[in-house]
Amino acid sequence: MKNINLTVNGVAVTVPEGTRILDAAIKAGFKVPTLCYMKDLCNESSCRVCVVEIKGNRKLMTACSTVVSEGMEVLTNTPKVRAARKITLELMLSNHHKECLSCVRSGKCELQNLATEYGCDAKKYDGEMNSYDVDDATPYLVRDNNKCILCRRCVAACNKVQSVGVIDAGNRGFATRIASPFDKSLGEVPCVACGQCINVCPTGALREKDSVKEVEKLLADKTKTVIVGTAPSVRAALGEEFGYPIGTDTEGKMVAALKTIGFDKVFDVDMAADMTIMEEGTEFISRLNDPNATLPMITSCSAGWIRFIEFNFPELLPNLSTCKSPQQMFGAIMKTYYAKKTGVDPKDLAVVTIMPCIAKKFELSRDDESAAGVPDIDASLTTRELARMIKNYGIDFKSLDPKTAFDDPIGKGSTAGLIFGATGGVMEAALRTVAEVVTGDKLDNIDFKSVRGTKGIKEATISLNGKKINIAVASGLANARKIMEDVKAGKSKYHFIEIMACPGGCVNGGGQPIVDSATRNLVDVAKTRAAVLYKKDKKDSLRKSHDNPVVKVLYDEYFEKPGSHVAHETLHTSYVARKKY
Amino acid sequence: MKTLNELQEIRDANKAAIEERNEGAAVTAGQPRLHVLVCGGTGCTSGNSTSIYDKIKAGLAAANVTDVNVIMTGCFGLCSKGPIVVVYPDGSFYTHVKPEDADEIVSSHLIGGTPVERLLHAEKDASGQMKSINDTDFYRSQNRVVLRNCGVIDPENIDEYLAKDGYKAYEKAVGSMTQQQVIDEIKRSGLRGRGGAGFPTGNKWQFTHDAQGDMKYVVCNADEGDPGAFMDRSLLEGDPHAVIEAMMIAGYAVGAEHGVIYVRAEYPIAVHRLEVAIGQAREYGILGDNCLGLGHKFDLELRLGAGAFVCGEETALLNSSEGKRGEPRQRPPFPAVKGLFGKPTLINNVETYGNITQIILNGADWFASIGTEKSKGTKVFALGGKLENVGLVEIPMGTTLRTIVEDIGGGCPNGKKFKAAQTGGPSGGCIPASLIDTPIDYDSLMAIGSMMGSGGLIVMDENNCMVDIAKFFLEFTVDESCGKCTPCRIGNKRLLEMLDKVTKGEATLEDLDKMEELCYYIKENSLCGLGQTAPNPVLSTLRYFRDEYEAHCNGKCPAGVCKALVSYKVDPDKCIGCTICARNCPVNAISGTVKQPHVIDSKKCIKCGVCASKCPKGAISK
Repeated sequence: MKNINLTVNGVAVTVPEGTRILDAAIKAGFKVPTLCYMKDLCNESSCRVCVVEIKGNRKLMTACSTVVSEGMEVLTNTPKVRAARKITLELMLSNHHKECLSCVRSGKCELQNLATEYGCDAKKYDGEMNSYDVDDATPYLVRDNNKCILCRRCVAACNKVQSVGVIDAGNRGFATRIASPFDKSLGEVPCVACGQCINVCPTGALREKDSVKEVEKLLADKTKTVIVGTAPSVRAALGEEFGYPIGTDTEGKMVAALKTIGFDKVFDVDMAADMTIMEEGTEFISRLNDPNATLPMITSCSAGWIRFIEFNFPELLPNLSTCKSPQQMFGAIMKTYYAKKTGVDPKDLAVVTIMPCIAKKFELSRDDESAAGVPDIDASLTTRELARMIKNYGIDFKSLDPKTAFDDPIGKGSTAGLIFGATGGVMEAALRTVAEVVTGDKLDNIDFKSVRGTKGIKEATISLNGKKINIAVASGLANARKIMEDVKAGKSKYHFIEIMACPGGCVNGGGQPIVDSATRNLVDVAKTRAAVLYKKDKKDSLRKSHDNPVVKVLYDEYFEKPGSHVAHETLHTSYVARKKY
Repeated sequence: MKTLNELQEIRDANKAAIEERNEGAAVTAGQPRLHVLVCGGTGCTSGNSTSIYDKIKAGLAAANVTDVNVIMTGCFGLCSKGPIVVVYPDGSFYTHVKPEDADEIVSSHLIGGTPVERLLHAEKDASGQMKSINDTDFYRSQNRVVLRNCGVIDPENIDEYLAKDGYKAYEKAVGSMTQQQVIDEIKRSGLRGRGGAGFPTGNKWQFTHDAQGDMKYVVCNADEGDPGAFMDRSLLEGDPHAVIEAMMIAGYAVGAEHGVIYVRAEYPIAVHRLEVAIGQAREYGILGDNCLGLGHKFDLELRLGAGAFVCGEETALLNSSEGKRGEPRQRPPFPAVKGLFGKPTLINNVETYGNITQIILNGADWFASIGTEKSKGTKVFALGGKLENVGLVEIPMGTTLRTIVEDIGGGCPNGKKFKAAQTGGPSGGCIPASLIDTPIDYDSLMAIGSMMGSGGLIVMDENNCMVDIAKFFLEFTVDESCGKCTPCRIGNKRLLEMLDKVTKGEATLEDLDKMEELCYYIKENSLCGLGQTAPNPVLSTLRYFRDEYEAHCNGKCPAGVCKALVSYKVDPDKCIGCTICARNCPVNAISGTVKQPHVIDSKKCIKCGVCASKCPKGAISK
């Protein structure tokens, strides 16, 4: 590819043809502010905050969309540019409900940060403000259009990345707002609860529905034994909320914080992920051996994905594994096996999870998710909510003991369960177990690297007892849709498919710490967080679900064997076809 | 499918009938004795001209008259005098015709040979004779290139278009010119885009021609949206084939086989006539896989717009044509490189296309001989506002504003003083009376802070408040903003709020500076042309009428328009106590006893002005 030479603020820089000014400026060492732009997601040139001067050009140009040309002289911080950006921000502020003191996004709000950087006068353009009802109709998400700056990053996430398409700009001019078809609330449209819109929102216009109060109520109830379980990917991201760099493992501190908050037991959902592998692996082997069984089999761990298939491909529900997700298996094991073992009435046992996900808040209320006659899970918090709780409880996260361990006896998970947190992880964990169970031999190499990485669709072929098994791994629902269209059309060659709703898997889930657009220009967030999981996996000695002693105990003492009647009663579920509108 | 020879036969057969539609034309034997042209443009149709047409036809049929040809044509232009009926070869020019006048026209004129004098356009020459159509002030200074067939031919009859050398330009271009020769001819003509920005048309064709693409599109922008502008509608209604033929030539030149006309659904007559024209062109094999048998494939489809002003912006038009929300895209890439469905696309305005066939047939030199050095050819203007003659005129570029306002437009009614003219609609600016001798062309208008725009020209007289005018246009753009970019969505809204403050007398002189700063910011930072030009009416009125703004800051509206700054008073010396004002006041703000001077309660008064207009003694004033 041809190279282009240009200068940014006098600094000479050479970049490949087709590069945009924004990236050339970054390379030259200059920051250009952005709001509507987000790398690989949104490039609408609508906010106008990234304007720059180009010598010889009458108009200001947007750095996010203007492609460099040979000899171009770009100026990113002239008085004219700074004055224009300031007015842009002040205009946004003039129609923004400035509840910054109490806003959940305060401190991480891109508008707030830029307004401070540019010394904005928030009242300069005071005038009529739009006033909208807050949409809190769903159990997982809150949309407050009063804080929306119409950057449309959420629209791009919903439409382009996820192909869910339940939001877009509605109305026009000053009355423009992000809306759903027919102006319905998010609770009445086929929103899948992936939460990717929250992750990309620059302000507090989108947030998870807060469940902290429910959890505090459980903790305050003396009749309850409150157990908490943490999802694999939470430990890989929680530290970001306390100033640690992206990609820091804070497992021990996380456990310590949960104990300090007052949970009676702190367990690892990785253990339930191991159980998922045992059940799902067994289900796959039996489908593979049954000529009448429905194939490909598709994983069922991702609650957003389940909603997506229920809305969009209801005819493919038989392809879904009947296994509950690790969260629900965790709750089910607690309220059956653990309750019995510890002699606690399941009604007096409360199970809380910490998840990278907002869809889990919906999942816990699904039908057929109450193995002991009471809901498997009582409440689910996102990583962000946990961080807020830790801060609210006055816990100095940085000083917590990084070696704090999960509680015995069933706290232990294998690293096969741990890598569930990244796209491809479920598939790799399953292959480690399925391959050994089917062949009866120990695998020499258990690293299935072809299913790792943040590529949207990955595929591989493995050999099991001489039989070729085609597998696919997809993350991000637009990628899932492509695969499902093929399955629906009968053109799919796969036997086993892993799908995660969020691009990159749970490490990039809709409940994870917010990463602003400037940081995303420099860091591949999903990849960096996933590296935490793979690094742990590489070092650990317990890397296969079926080797986990906890799994053995569970089957010996309660579940008999994978796929048994009691396992089905407790650890499997069912799905419903949902109407879109 | 007609062969070239068959098409020529159609031309020859219809030529005489068309030529007779001229003042004083000789009547060929076997041809109709009279041609009655009834205006079928939107304006006259609203005035029930279809019924006039039907009644004249019925009247002639009842009297067994067969040598009079009655035709429903496109717009004549002088819309304020419609419905219009013109009779040739005598050139009788009937205005304000009503359906009930039809019988008299038939019996007295068409049969009896005596024009109905009371219906003739009341403009007399020096000797006291009623002027024929071409001698009237309104038509005399015009040079109809684009509108040459409007008001002459039946737009729903392809044979009549053929008789006016229709599809001969396409035949010439494809039959005897290379693609590059066609583009060069357009370049040499100096034709610039008539949609607003005035970009050289030939260059646009060249860019699209040079762009790489397995498929290309030719698009006609017929999403005319400026308030008061209707030249595109009139051309489509009056001569749809001229646009179709031009698009075919463009398709040949840039290498496109597919054309799209994006026309607003609020133009039902234009849409209907385009559909008829496309159907007839297909039937004759003019559009299709082998146009006129010349080996070029081209066909057209219509896309109906829902009437958003922003969809006249070319990238928003493309989005809308693709079925997306009508919002502009960031340029570059320009449509010539990445346009409709991502393919290289040529987009020209209706009026621009209206010039193409004439340039090909008459040559670039002929076209370049009309107009000024940098603005060639003619321009169609929609005259509106405070003028005697309101309607559509086509004049050579470089004609002064004075000629348009005083000669063609007949000046302001009721002897009021001309104050300013707004060109370019809500994107343009105003030209003050002091600049009335400005030649109207792209560059002169730019130099004085206005723009050509699509050709709307609205005249203001001394009774107009310029702040109020600026507010009117800005209200329009704020309403029509798509809401995509911050400067336009919020900036223009705030600007309007500031203007509103001015009209209420609540603004300070510092506020005017703040407004000006915001205007320049919006111009420089908005995503598309709508936002970039929206502050123009404010900036140009601030430039030429700053004293009016300052007067508002001091609590006065010099023109007495801004309600908040106006109060009505009764002059007790003139008031005779007739009570008419009190009885007509809609809010009972006037009190007083019979034969005693009345008083207006300014707190109750809504400043509607009814009292002043009803007072028989002129005792109430602002």
